[in-house]
Amino acid sequence: MTDVLIGVTLLLVAGAATAAVLNRDPVRQALVLSFLGLALALLFTFLQAPDVALSQLAVGSAVTPLMILLTVRTVRRRPGDGGDGRGTGGSDTGPRPRDRER
Amino acid sequence: MSARGRLGLFLVGAAAFAALFTAACFGLPSFGAEHHPYGERAVRAALGHHTANAIASVNFDLRAFDTLGEESILFAAVLGAVVLLRQTADERRTPPAPAAVHPPVRRFALLTLPVALLIGLYVIAHGQISPGGGFQGGVVAATALHLLYLAADYRALERIRPLALYEIGEAAGEFAYVVTGFAAVLAGSAFLANVLPLGTFATLSSGGTVIVLNAAVGVEVASGVVVLLARFLDQAVEIVLPDDGAGGGRDPGDDNSDDNSDGTDDGTDEEEPT
Repeated sequence: MTDVLIGVTLLLVAGAATAAVLNRDPVRQALVLSFLGLALALLFTFLQAPDVALSQLAVGSAVTPLMILLTVRTVRRRPGDGGDGRGTGGSDTGPRPRDRER
Repeated sequence: MSARGRLGLFLVGAAAFAALFTAACFGLPSFGAEHHPYGERAVRAALGHHTANAIASVNFDLRAFDTLGEESILFAAVLGAVVLLRQTADERRTPPAPAAVHPPVRRFALLTLPVALLIGLYVIAHGQISPGGGFQGGVVAATALHLLYLAADYRALERIRPLALYEIGEAAGEFAYVVTGFAAVLAGSAFLANVLPLGTFATLSSGGTVIVLNAAVGVEVASGVVVLLARFLDQAVEIVLPDDGAGGGRDPGDDNSDDNSDGTDDGTDEEEPT
């Protein structure tokens, strides 16, 4: 029974990871990453590592995708914000690369 | 150093690592065998110190020094993110407009928030008995707080989240861990040794220093994640570059974003809240 569950979740993890790689849009990738975190948490649970599963669930499927989404939002907004998005005098505010996928 | 020299140095290091790693792998007990030498020793040590969760015993008792290093890595990482994401001189804050939230989303988030927060605190407190501990519970509690961002909007989250307090909390968690270690030295034992009374097996007060270190890590991780997400949210929601022509780099004295934004800048609400 446990072997079947481990096999199924392994397939789930492989599928989700492949989907994360094949997706080119960072927003979709973040969502797929969240699903991958969930699948990994299930796998760790079935492999009798509930401590790791808890960490994976919290960090992998909640905090990391959220941080990616917020970063994508900031990076995408900047160039279109003020014309060409030239920062004046800032040290790290060069023209940020606009994501061409969208 | 030339490219060829670098490659040579890398190959020497890689070859030495490969040889040592292979030798080490042959010294390991075979995978999935009947006999688990490390497991048996770890469980015996955990039971000897009245810690029901053997993983917590390994993390916070047998290898507490190792965990101190991991905690410090997180502390340094959050510190680095705070420095990188701080408000620069040519950026300004605009308070985000109130967001419209669908009632079902609001109800669900408000219902889940206290439950998730309680689960986080439970996981921290029961780290020595059941799976989990300071790190896991800390992340769950910190994430739970952000359900308010879903339920209401960013202003509501900022109101219940005095950021300065969480920054102090992060440092205090790290500090408490080190102090617990030195307390053991003062008690006449080694750094981070388990010197507290061990308590009754599988109760909330069992495990000696395990529960203290769990609490310290819980405070540090929860505060650290809150601070980290706050900086990311600040960048995504509040801090904007000035429009071109508005005189970039104005108000250079307002560069420190440690205080909560009170929106003293003229609030041109040019962005949608979520």
